[in-house]
Amino acid sequence: MEHIISVLVENKFGVLSRVVNLFSGRGYNIETLCVAPTMDPSISLMTIVTSGDDRIIEQIVKQLNKVIDVIKVVDINESEFVEREMALIKIHTRQEDRAEALRITDIFRGKVVDSSQNSYTIEITGDVKKVEAAINLLQPLGIKELVRTGRVAIPREPARTTATQPKRILKEEK
Amino acid sequence: MKLTGAEIFLESLKQEGVKTLFGLPGGVVLKIFDVLHQQKDIEVILTRHEQGAGHMAEGYAKATGKPGVALVTSGPGMTNIVTPLVDAYMDSVPIVVFTGQVPTQLIGNDAFQEADNVGISRPCTKYNFLVKDVNDLAQTIKEAFYIAMSGRPGPVLVDIPKDVAMNKGDFRYPQSVSIRGYNPTYEGNKWQIKQAVEAIHKAKKPIIYVGGGAIFSNAHEELMEFAELTQIPVDMTLMALGAFPATHNLSLGMMGMHGSYASNMAVHYSDLVIAIGSRFDDRVTGKVSEFCPEAKVIHIDIDPTSIRKNVHVDVPIVGDVKTVLRELNAMLKATPNGNSIEQRRPWWNQINEWRTKHPMGYVQPPDAKIKPQYVIDRLYQLTKDKDPIVATDVGQHQMFAAQHFLLNKPRRWLTSGGLGTMGFGLPAALGAQAAFRDRLVLCIAGDGSIQMNMQEMATAMISKLPVKTFIINNHFHGMVRQWQDLFYEGRYASSYLDTVPDFVKMAEAFNAAGFRATKVSEVDDVIKEALKTDKPVLVDIEVDAYENCYPMIPAGGANHEMILEDPPEMKRGEKPASKVAGEDKDTVLTA
Repeated sequence: MEHIISVLVENKFGVLSRVVNLFSGRGYNIETLCVAPTMDPSISLMTIVTSGDDRIIEQIVKQLNKVIDVIKVVDINESEFVEREMALIKIHTRQEDRAEALRITDIFRGKVVDSSQNSYTIEITGDVKKVEAAINLLQPLGIKELVRTGRVAIPREPARTTATQPKRILKEEK
Repeated sequence: MKLTGAEIFLESLKQEGVKTLFGLPGGVVLKIFDVLHQQKDIEVILTRHEQGAGHMAEGYAKATGKPGVALVTSGPGMTNIVTPLVDAYMDSVPIVVFTGQVPTQLIGNDAFQEADNVGISRPCTKYNFLVKDVNDLAQTIKEAFYIAMSGRPGPVLVDIPKDVAMNKGDFRYPQSVSIRGYNPTYEGNKWQIKQAVEAIHKAKKPIIYVGGGAIFSNAHEELMEFAELTQIPVDMTLMALGAFPATHNLSLGMMGMHGSYASNMAVHYSDLVIAIGSRFDDRVTGKVSEFCPEAKVIHIDIDPTSIRKNVHVDVPIVGDVKTVLRELNAMLKATPNGNSIEQRRPWWNQINEWRTKHPMGYVQPPDAKIKPQYVIDRLYQLTKDKDPIVATDVGQHQMFAAQHFLLNKPRRWLTSGGLGTMGFGLPAALGAQAAFRDRLVLCIAGDGSIQMNMQEMATAMISKLPVKTFIINNHFHGMVRQWQDLFYEGRYASSYLDTVPDFVKMAEAFNAAGFRATKVSEVDDVIKEALKTDKPVLVDIEVDAYENCYPMIPAGGANHEMILEDPPEMKRGEKPASKVAGEDKDTVLTA
């Protein structure tokens, strides 16, 4: 099963390599990986999308916790969460396709961020399904280039009635 | 106070209580060696190869429980010490390795003797550092020792560029360390410990499975108390030998691939496995899907990743073995359950039956070739009063030593378990001897393994480390030959080592002492002779080249499926022809 894992790490050189080495050395998958600074400049956040059965995910979380530069690991899938990905899609547009391209962009609440005589660059943001649906619809027009950010995710705040605190997996197994 | 990086290095090591350093100089670490040369507090042992330095640091650490320290140069100096780093990582040995690096402004330029030291060592160290500023050096060294020794111990590498060693900086040694991403758990969870107590009270067929963690956490007394309190039989892994006395009635000896019959049967048929500081290595579990099929598993380990990595665990207890066992013993005493011992009587009857059915033994006819087991047995009998430290290389001789050299105390056994590094024995023994100059340190080696770090005999001579090395010489990579007999129809592909070198002459070439035994009647004499000698000794013992090591769980077999003797379908190979010896010398293989 697919899991999104948030990893708070020291913002130091070599840390990305430590985390990536761990995955490759132990034969775990990385489907997407996103790294960016947090509010605290000494800490970066990695969002890793990986897959595996419960035992493998348990090992991944434990192994990540074992890395000394890793400060905290949260398996986002333990609770409700919001996820987003952004794609920049450059499509080839003949004169007769330009209206259709704008329609599709509109349907997915995307934006045209660059335009030339025979191309549009469209920005689509949403969950994976939405981004992939947009790509599929734009495909027949002729995609010249496609860049995706990989996913980021954040746990939802518990609603008042169905309050379940997100379960954090801490360093020590209690 | 302003000091150079090299001086900060020295002062920091003194603060850490380092007494001995193993190393080999080179261009970028000359400044540090120069500073070490002008002081008396830390003894520098010059090795002949950086691999030797690394294994010596390991031997030192295993024998003393203190961190072993090595200092080597950049590039090839560092790459040569990679094997000891991996070995130490696999076996959780606390060593701190300092490597030289080209000056910071040259890093990344493919400078002379440059290698990406932190990149290369990242997957084989617990942590590593590149020091870019002399003012960070003291703090880094403090953290390096702290990380190596705390939690699950392991190797740490500190890479010091030449200019960092030369530049001057402020020296103030930090008193404490705090790393926000690193907080090992020492105390076990009380609720889980209570679950463990209940499981122990209920168990009818329990077994204790001890690993090397019991030795690293100095938990042998607590382990003894636990075993005696509960009267549960004790199995030990290769790494745990000495954690519990081998001669104690509760000990079933070593378990795993070449473990005793009783220990493997007991773990297979048990209803409760109490794993203490062990990690369910494949050499211990055999076929993991059939490992102790009926048992509940209690697992005590300081490393959470060890728990549920290979086998299902019912009661996980993350914590330091010593601390957890103390708590567990206290709870057991508070809730005595006389029945639990009574209800295990049939279990003990069964175990004793296994013990008598296939005891660990061998047959040595007086006129036949010397059996390797006989050598180990005699060595054990003739040295046991001296409480020796025993180092081994890797292979058949290692397993024979594990089976027949009975150890009753921890930190007497230096062996490469996880990585299985041939060439480990001699340097590890030298490292232990450097720590304990007055004690008897033995190295049990094979003729294949000893040649992998033979050069360290020079270190033994120069640094006056009188290790007694016994070479169980079968002119083969014996364990490879055994597998070829069992699984490759006796085709000895690249396992025959021929009749060179002459180890006695080799010893003499180093100005050490060399002895040889070729007959059963000579074994005691050469052992006694070796023990009398003050110098380092190499003893060459010509053994039966075709002796196989049993019991053996074939790779992929379950623990109760042991082979106990040469199977009838086994096809012995042709005796290989010597390419160097004359007719008269080429008799070593004729049985």
